[in-house]
Amino acid sequence: MTLDLPLIWVLIIAFGLMMYVVMDGFDLGIGILFPFVPGKQDRDIMVNTVAPVWDGNETWLVLGGGGLLAGFPLAYSVLLSALYIPLVLMLTGLILRGVAFEFRFKADEAHRPFWSRAFAFGSYTAAFFQGAALGAFITGFKVTGPSYRGGALDWLSPFSVCTGFGVIVAYALLGSTWLTMKTVGQLQARMIVAARWITPVLLAGIVIVSLWTPLAHGAIAARWFSTPNIYYFAPVPILVVLTTWQLIVRLKGEPGAVPFLLTLFLLFLGYSGLAISLWPNIIPPGVSFRDAAAPESSLAFGLVGVVLIVPVILIYTGWAYWVFRGKVTGSEGYH
Amino acid sequence: MMHLDPLTLARIQFGFTVSFHIIFPAVTIGMASYLAVLEALWLVRKDAVYVDLYHFWSKVFAVNFAMGVVSGLVMAYQFGTNWSYFSTYAGGITGPLLAYEALTAFFLEAGFLGVMLFGWKKVGPGLHFFATLMVAAGTLISMTWILASNSWMQTPQGYAIEGGRMVPVNWWQIIFNPSFPYRLLHMGLAAYLATALYVAAAGAWNLLHGRDNPRVRTMFSMAMWMVLATAPIQILAGDQHGLNTLQYQPAKIAAIEGHWSNTPGESVPLILFGWPDMQAEKTLASVEIPHLGSLILTHSWDGQIRGLDDFPPDERPNSTIVFWTFRVMVGLGMLMLLLGAGGAWLRWRGDLYRQRPFLWFATAMGPSGIVAILAGWMTTEIGRQPWVVYNVMLTAQGVSEHSALAMSASLLVFIVLYVGVFGIGITYLLKLMARGPDRQSGATAPAEERLEGRPSRPLSAAPDIDPTPIIPGG
Repeated sequence: MTLDLPLIWVLIIAFGLMMYVVMDGFDLGIGILFPFVPGKQDRDIMVNTVAPVWDGNETWLVLGGGGLLAGFPLAYSVLLSALYIPLVLMLTGLILRGVAFEFRFKADEAHRPFWSRAFAFGSYTAAFFQGAALGAFITGFKVTGPSYRGGALDWLSPFSVCTGFGVIVAYALLGSTWLTMKTVGQLQARMIVAARWITPVLLAGIVIVSLWTPLAHGAIAARWFSTPNIYYFAPVPILVVLTTWQLIVRLKGEPGAVPFLLTLFLLFLGYSGLAISLWPNIIPPGVSFRDAAAPESSLAFGLVGVVLIVPVILIYTGWAYWVFRGKVTGSEGYH
Repeated sequence: MMHLDPLTLARIQFGFTVSFHIIFPAVTIGMASYLAVLEALWLVRKDAVYVDLYHFWSKVFAVNFAMGVVSGLVMAYQFGTNWSYFSTYAGGITGPLLAYEALTAFFLEAGFLGVMLFGWKKVGPGLHFFATLMVAAGTLISMTWILASNSWMQTPQGYAIEGGRMVPVNWWQIIFNPSFPYRLLHMGLAAYLATALYVAAAGAWNLLHGRDNPRVRTMFSMAMWMVLATAPIQILAGDQHGLNTLQYQPAKIAAIEGHWSNTPGESVPLILFGWPDMQAEKTLASVEIPHLGSLILTHSWDGQIRGLDDFPPDERPNSTIVFWTFRVMVGLGMLMLLLGAGGAWLRWRGDLYRQRPFLWFATAMGPSGIVAILAGWMTTEIGRQPWVVYNVMLTAQGVSEHSALAMSASLLVFIVLYVGVFGIGITYLLKLMARGPDRQSGATAPAEERLEGRPSRPLSAAPDIDPTPIIPGG
């Protein structure tokens, strides 16, 4: 039996990106919620919930970049050239946010608001441009042979602005349900209220993107609405509605981890919807992952590492989360 | 006047972002190993001095690490954004190496960092020491992969060219390419040496400012031993690296030496100083030592090396630049040797902690390791031009097709952001080190009470110094 290496690699990269969205999503969400939580103590608690883990969360983005270069160098070159401006702005957002995270603790009272604003601004910037890049990705790129042939601003469209805001909302929901799980008292109550507001907004965003995508792209519409596909894919929208409904129902009292897990599931559904629309293209609309794959010897060499090492990474990452499990409160500091 | 076409702008941008980046991982590599040594000494000797030093330097480490992560993220994407043809052509080889770096090193570092910094109360001393070791191992593994990738670009082998791109044939040959062992050793020693100089400078500064305590003395003493041991080894390793370069990249050596042409039967002098002129094709105003070039590079009295006129003009690296960056690196290396020897002499005399001129010298040498690293990297990277993959792909063939406008705008964004953000970070680190480990704990886990009721980020355990410079309106 021979392994279908390009297929395995596209799944690995999809997994890496999913891990990034899940893990960095909630800590970006904390920055997005910052402007709505004015108190210093509450803000300290919010960032304390992610302090020991955020470096690791961001590493999945490095793996996404490295993995794409390793598995699909052509896609890496074309996508990153085409998305040059949004990616540079996303990176500057992540830089600003990462250092503001560190510095706001040490700043004195007069300067702390500056770093808090920088933290929030960086989080919004990073989330928005990730979403805009996603929108541009769905829309597709002008490609001839191995090169990107479009302009520097092709990524910018009403649709990509819409997906940019969509990702901000999605991360805000991840952040608020994460904090619902990790905090107590007034801050928790506030986060539950926030999550109840954000959930319908996110649902609206998902509906808009889900309708806009097939309307703008005939091929995607054909993929979804032809028989028998429509029966296979129908569970995705149905589950989205059910999950959202559950989320609103569960957001009261002491819901524990349930809303966070439901949000993760919701994002996973959105992610699968996207995969259904775009499969098997790695540079939409016309280059499939097979056309962009690295040589077999590159894929095989990289796969050995992934198979051996990713499980170990998941184990020790899980262990780190386990060490820092439990609620974070202000009075007893971090525990 | 330099012509700022997109290629030049892309090179400036890459050079700028990677130079800013390298400062942080270099110190991270050295500091992680130093912290592992401190924790081991504490576990064995039970002397609180070591754990106090651990907590002091782990704050410096944490800030450094965060800046390394965010500036490194930029690098992982710049190969695609700025060098897309290079990535398409050679990504099948450099990509897996980068992916292995993320898999084996970055996750290891980031995964155990949380426990290392905040886990004193959460896990036992054995497990905590294990976390420190894993972080230190991660930094070294990371260096190994990235240098394998860089060395392969300088001395490529183990590949074939199929379908218009480079295809890996033998991974063992790719990783263990001819210049890799030399570059790895040279960079590893450089990271350790740079960290030792950094620690020595903090110790000397604190001694000069009346903070003479066992913690300051211990760190100064450890750092001086390290400089004494590492500086001479580094000079030998650098010499070997140079001979390796002569074999595989003779144009680089000719440019470093400012050596233009040979006369049959005549030896090569060592040009100490001068001004290599790329247009005039000679080195102006040179101060030479006869025969020494032959002696160092060929180990014979009259041996010759290839001159720059042996290479077509468009395959010559810029000798004016690398001639000088190389001399800055070597000059600083000699000063480091002097510092180590001076420290040993004063230690023997029993005067190490009180000799003020020497302490000022050690303080001034604090940044020399970093400067030497930057000068060394400029030498090797500018010296391999015009090739991005040596003798296989030109840098000009690898660059993405962005307009000069897009490239200059993004360069400006990076410059403003980096100078602002990392400038503040570096200033903060300097303030922190200038205050020194002034706190005496005597406790076995002194981090606990400091962390109590306070935010848990590493900076929060640090003394209260506001990192913010003057910002109008706050």
